[in-house]
Amino acid sequence: MATAGGGSAAELGSRGLLCLLSFCVLLAGLCGGNSVERKIYIPLNKTAPCVRLLNATHQIGCHSSISGDTGVIHVVEKEEDLQWVLTDGPNPPYMVLLEGTLFTRKVMEKLKGSTSRIAGLAVSLAKPSPAAGFSPSVQCPNDGFGLYSNSYGPEFAHCRDIQWNYLGDGLAYEDFSFPIFLLEDENETNVIKQCYRDHNLSQNGSAPVFPLCAMQLFSHMHAVLSTVTCMRRSSIQSTFSINPEIVCDPLSDYNVWSMLKPINTSGTLEPDDKVVVVATQLDSRSFFWNVAPGAESAVASFVTQLAAAEALYKAPDVTTLPRNVMFVFFQGETFDYIGSSRMVYDMERGKFPVQLENIDSFVELRQVALRESLELWMHTDPVSQKNKSVQSQVEHLLTTLEESGAGVPTVVLRRLNQSQPLPPSSLQRFLRARNISGVVLTDHATVFHNRYYHSVYDTAENINVSYPGQQSPEEDLDFVTDTAKALADVATVLGRALYQLAGGTNFRDTIQADPHTVTRLLYGFLVRANNSWFQSILRQDLRSFLGDQGPLQHYIAVSSPTNTTYVVQYALANLTGKVVDLTREQCQDPSKVPNENKDLYEYMWVQGPLNSNGTERLPYCVRSTARLVRAVSPAFELGQWGSTEYSTWTESRWKDIRARIFLIASKELELITLAVGFGVLVCSLVITYCVNAKADVLFIAPREPGSVSL
Amino acid sequence: MTAAVFFGCAFIAFGPALALYIFTIATDPLRIIFLIVGKANDGLKTINPDEPAPSMRLLAYVSGLGFGIMSGVFSFVNTLSDSLGPGTVGIHGDSPYFFLNSAFMTQVIILLHMFWGIIFFDGCEKKNWYPLLAVILTHLLVSALTFLNPQYEVSLVSAYMITVLTGIRAFFVAGGSRRSLKRYLLCQDKNFLLYSQRSR
Repeated sequence: MATAGGGSAAELGSRGLLCLLSFCVLLAGLCGGNSVERKIYIPLNKTAPCVRLLNATHQIGCHSSISGDTGVIHVVEKEEDLQWVLTDGPNPPYMVLLEGTLFTRKVMEKLKGSTSRIAGLAVSLAKPSPAAGFSPSVQCPNDGFGLYSNSYGPEFAHCRDIQWNYLGDGLAYEDFSFPIFLLEDENETNVIKQCYRDHNLSQNGSAPVFPLCAMQLFSHMHAVLSTVTCMRRSSIQSTFSINPEIVCDPLSDYNVWSMLKPINTSGTLEPDDKVVVVATQLDSRSFFWNVAPGAESAVASFVTQLAAAEALYKAPDVTTLPRNVMFVFFQGETFDYIGSSRMVYDMERGKFPVQLENIDSFVELRQVALRESLELWMHTDPVSQKNKSVQSQVEHLLTTLEESGAGVPTVVLRRLNQSQPLPPSSLQRFLRARNISGVVLTDHATVFHNRYYHSVYDTAENINVSYPGQQSPEEDLDFVTDTAKALADVATVLGRALYQLAGGTNFRDTIQADPHTVTRLLYGFLVRANNSWFQSILRQDLRSFLGDQGPLQHYIAVSSPTNTTYVVQYALANLTGKVVDLTREQCQDPSKVPNENKDLYEYMWVQGPLNSNGTERLPYCVRSTARLVRAVSPAFELGQWGSTEYSTWTESRWKDIRARIFLIASKELELITLAVGFGVLVCSLVITYCVNAKADVLFIAPREPGSVSL
Repeated sequence: MTAAVFFGCAFIAFGPALALYIFTIATDPLRIIFLIVGKANDGLKTINPDEPAPSMRLLAYVSGLGFGIMSGVFSFVNTLSDSLGPGTVGIHGDSPYFFLNSAFMTQVIILLHMFWGIIFFDGCEKKNWYPLLAVILTHLLVSALTFLNPQYEVSLVSAYMITVLTGIRAFFVAGGSRRSLKRYLLCQDKNFLLYSQRSR
């Protein structure tokens, strides 16, 4: 830009030029600056990666190279399309865009076999869910960490008797050397397919012409081999390095628990104080990271337990019951029973207020939303019942349940005919430590009824939670679905059974779970977490945990507590606690307030509902016994990273996870550009040398001796 | 578009400027300072009183080249860095020859700045206003030509034609003539010594 030309005469000209320049800059700003990067790349924002998880001996999941994996896009909509990718296509490696229905073991085996031609995989969500079912989990969940092993109940070990998750193909526990991403947004999938149709289709069988549409996936994982290796490397780093590079984190979070009658949590219970434990799990998983809708595998059961807790707490003589009731929600059960193994470990060492000898009986809720012909099955452990006293206790437990269920005609409790093992459940970890009488309630007698166990398709649709269209979100929140009514019935049965097990007699048949509560919980956890009810029961700084739109994901993750844990704790507090008249400062520190005891209760200052104007919230203090207790596998406390007794699952760390599409040019064009560049450089050097060498011949100086006007 | 395109485009755009720098400026530190600063001040005279002061024409050439390189760098470095990635321009329908054309355009701009510098300084010295006007107008014309992108044939060819014309004008302004060109091409320089002193 020839602005200030150096001469004084050009000053006016330069000022004018400056004005012109600023005008042009303004114009450019108004037109919208077009960055070159935006001309080249289209980022894919709504994707979920598959990440690497490690346990004591193996690594599972997917991983890309450090600078991402690039490949020419090829859309595979039927199995024949795979031939192009595996053998015929002339421009490997390919990035396969797979239809959701083709994401099966058979196809993945083929892709795994030819990794030199596959750069990565993008799976689009199948709408509707695959009809034949889909479960990337194994057929025998948590095998080797439950109750049955070659030394205890060998006829039941390794699911010899019943393959619980019969549809499981084990894909989620395989190790892939290329990245796999889930495309959650249909619009993005259509953009990719359009780019493919525009550039990558070959005319009449000949090779497609450059430029071709390509995709790049970044998901480089730092941890390798196994938990033992990655924890060792992390610990060496944190011991010796100023800026430690931790490569993996243990999967950990918090269990949520509460007591019907408050107990002093600073000590432990007396051996004579008996507790009825009712348990369920909070978490689920899928093939992809942080996508875990878990409707049937987790949400339905913990929602039922929340409703049962609400119903039970309303009974008039709760404070005089002979035995206490403990509601516990275990986190991490998907990954070899992290939460329950930790609780048993703490109980054995006296680190938890309730000890193993205080447990009178154990009722567990597993998958309960897909009941066929109203049947609810009661599973018990046959091996521990070989002991006569245990058998009589279990018999008493089952009879109590059946009596309580008699008053609810829409739930038919059934015992199992033959001696069958327990399904995968937290009760198995308790039985490993001590012979307690326990029962697991499920909707399935033998194999799971859940055809999408631990997959992305285990959504509200899977348990028939649907809302009529044309309603606002607030109307949907209060709409009572049939599933909600069915789960409320199960909660009623559970509540009554717990009341009777705790020694209550008079008010059993008044205990009734509220379908309205159940439907609101189901809506919040499965459809839209950011609703008015969830907003009102949470603490102010936890508002963002509800997300913007859409349901919560129930993956345990490595940062804690997760969204689900907090929301369940606050929901439990809201449903079972009492509003107390304390100010915010008193609520946050009740030690100064007489009659309030921090050891007995947990005090929470919650946002409250919006006032009538809709502008401000009306917060208040809730007093309840809903607490969090740490759920990290004992293997990490003990430093036994290769443990076969406790869960050793860890999640790798990563720096950058993203995906983008763009066009790639042919190698020939690139080399031509380089050649032209070299040619220009060489020519310029030659010409300049020649001109400079004889510059005195070419340029004749003026007669006056040249002087610089300085 | 990877390293091949990055280096190819960098050489196309900055090749001539690099050649000019190596052979004409790097040999003399004072010229490097003129290149960067754009004008000399009295301080330089006191630092190097023995060296003969550079001529106005040399100053014009060096400062023109300096401005050209600055302009080229600022306008092209961003695009160059994007050319290192795996993708090429085109997914939204733009021309796939974007990088090549940007490189050639940048080369043109650098050369033009050098020629404009020579013409402009000469015009200012001789108090001749028409060359100044011509420089400003051709500058605007060449910038406006880029609005014709992506019809690269029109804009690039026109820009090259303007460069050639401006180059010829600058050659004559800088002291060249048809006779000196003939003498140069025929490798005659004996007669030259009779005509004028060499001045640096």
